[in-house]
Amino acid sequence: MAFVALGGSAPEAVQQAPRKTGRVALLLLLPGMSYLALFFLTPFVSLVLTSLKQPDPSGVIGRYDFGFELGNYAYAVTQYLPQILRSFSFALVATVIALAVSYPIAYFIAVKARNKPLLKGLLLTLVVAPFFISMLLRTFAWKQIFSNDSWIVNTLKDLGVFGADSYIIGTNFAVIFGLVYNFIPFMTLPIFSSLDRLDLRLVEAGADLYANPATTFRKITFPLSLPGVISGTLLTFIPISGDYVVASRDFLGGPETAMMGNVVEANFLRIQDYPTASALSVMLMAAIVLLVSAYVRKSGTEDLL
Amino acid sequence: MKFSLGKFLLPTYVALTFLFLAIPIGYTFVFSFNDSIKSNIIWRGFTWDNWLNVCGQQEVCDAFGNSLIVAVSATLVSTVLGTMIAIALVRYRFKFRNATNLILFLPLATPEVVMGAGLAAQFLDFGWQKGLGTVIIAHTMFTLSFVVVTVKARVATLDPALEEAGRDLYANPVQVFWKITFPLLLPGILAAAMLAFALSFDDFIITQFNSGALDTFPKFVYTAAARGIPAEANVIGSFVFIVAIAIVLAVQIRSSIKQRKLAK
Repeated sequence: MAFVALGGSAPEAVQQAPRKTGRVALLLLLPGMSYLALFFLTPFVSLVLTSLKQPDPSGVIGRYDFGFELGNYAYAVTQYLPQILRSFSFALVATVIALAVSYPIAYFIAVKARNKPLLKGLLLTLVVAPFFISMLLRTFAWKQIFSNDSWIVNTLKDLGVFGADSYIIGTNFAVIFGLVYNFIPFMTLPIFSSLDRLDLRLVEAGADLYANPATTFRKITFPLSLPGVISGTLLTFIPISGDYVVASRDFLGGPETAMMGNVVEANFLRIQDYPTASALSVMLMAAIVLLVSAYVRKSGTEDLL
Repeated sequence: MKFSLGKFLLPTYVALTFLFLAIPIGYTFVFSFNDSIKSNIIWRGFTWDNWLNVCGQQEVCDAFGNSLIVAVSATLVSTVLGTMIAIALVRYRFKFRNATNLILFLPLATPEVVMGAGLAAQFLDFGWQKGLGTVIIAHTMFTLSFVVVTVKARVATLDPALEEAGRDLYANPVQVFWKITFPLLLPGILAAAMLAFALSFDDFIITQFNSGALDTFPKFVYTAAARGIPAEANVIGSFVFIVAIAIVLAVQIRSSIKQRKLAK
């Protein structure tokens, strides 16, 4: 996976015959797996139960009783269809752009800088550098850079590209731009770690057999980097589909750019409509599970971990 | 040699993209020196004041402190639990292996807002008060799988013959673990701990759903964004960045020197 790449080039794995000592394995697994069961798996039960709750007869805001109110789902879909569709289309567009931007970087670091460990290390550090400064501060910096009387907007107006009342913040462009920016490292690292293992002799063999560089890339390099492309697109698409910082009105978004995450946040944390927020979360999760299993089955990469 | 696309075009593209990636980092850094009064939007001149008096904005410092407490606690717990799981996955055969792998993979494939809302719904059903404890619980949960993935890669490179040699020399299992296995795994465990710390420190979405009134640094920035982020927040962001980059560069340079020595 992605973050293994951070450790530089790892030594080769050693063939290990797993020993058969059931009790030790159980002792090693039990604490961590029980933790995940209690704080990762059972919350899904709570989420589904909450999504079916009905308002308490007392009418107190934020108080709900257990029930089987499927109407919450119908309400969530009819009320928030534009935000649901926007989430997935923003995620799709941003993922495709991030892939196009990141692939050449990953290729350069893994192939062109292969025999220059110092350069390679430096470039990898530059890729992950944005991780080390708060994501919110970075996104806010873009907001300032693109704000209404910023240098960029004024220049575009002076050049006549922009009309007098044009703006960038609050548009679909700004949100997708911010999403792509935030997720370039998530796309680059897994592709890098696939290309890092690419045997360059295979590429040479392609050239020896009179394939031109484009054909060699299409038939050899790209297919061999596919596992990285798959984990990169998943690592980008999934978080984006649930993101609500970039699209928030206080950051790069506006009234017309709200995504599913914004709606879940508003319903859960502001107006305390827990059932609607939970119904939306359940639907988002169901969509992601369907997507991941289809994606993984089609490309045959079972060892995602 | 014939003209190749990679010769000029690719390096230029890579350089430009890195410049692009650095823009908001540079912006945050530069504006940490802005002589701002209330909002930190327009450049008003250079000053050291924000750096010398970070806690002039008490809330920024408190939020930063909370973030450190949360990140250290969550990292400790998830590193211990995750390392144990990683060793079991590589070294032992057991039933429900596929189920275990699936449960470990799922948190990596779940949008944060779903994990955040789910856990918050559970705390609500249990009647638990949200605060420092619930945030630490949440962060331990979502960093655990990252630890497992990172340590697992290291366990896989470990030669079992070394441990066998220890046993042949009459070391008991505890001695074998602490004298052989653990020192060899340490680089992987440290890398995992650093990753967990970074993820926890920068987390916002899961935190917002499970923190109640507690402020962490990212949460402070999110709330402050509506009225303008104070320059003190830029100072803390830049400071963390410099420390983290220094650590990573040191590790990278050390490993590349090692590689060069091995190549000779």
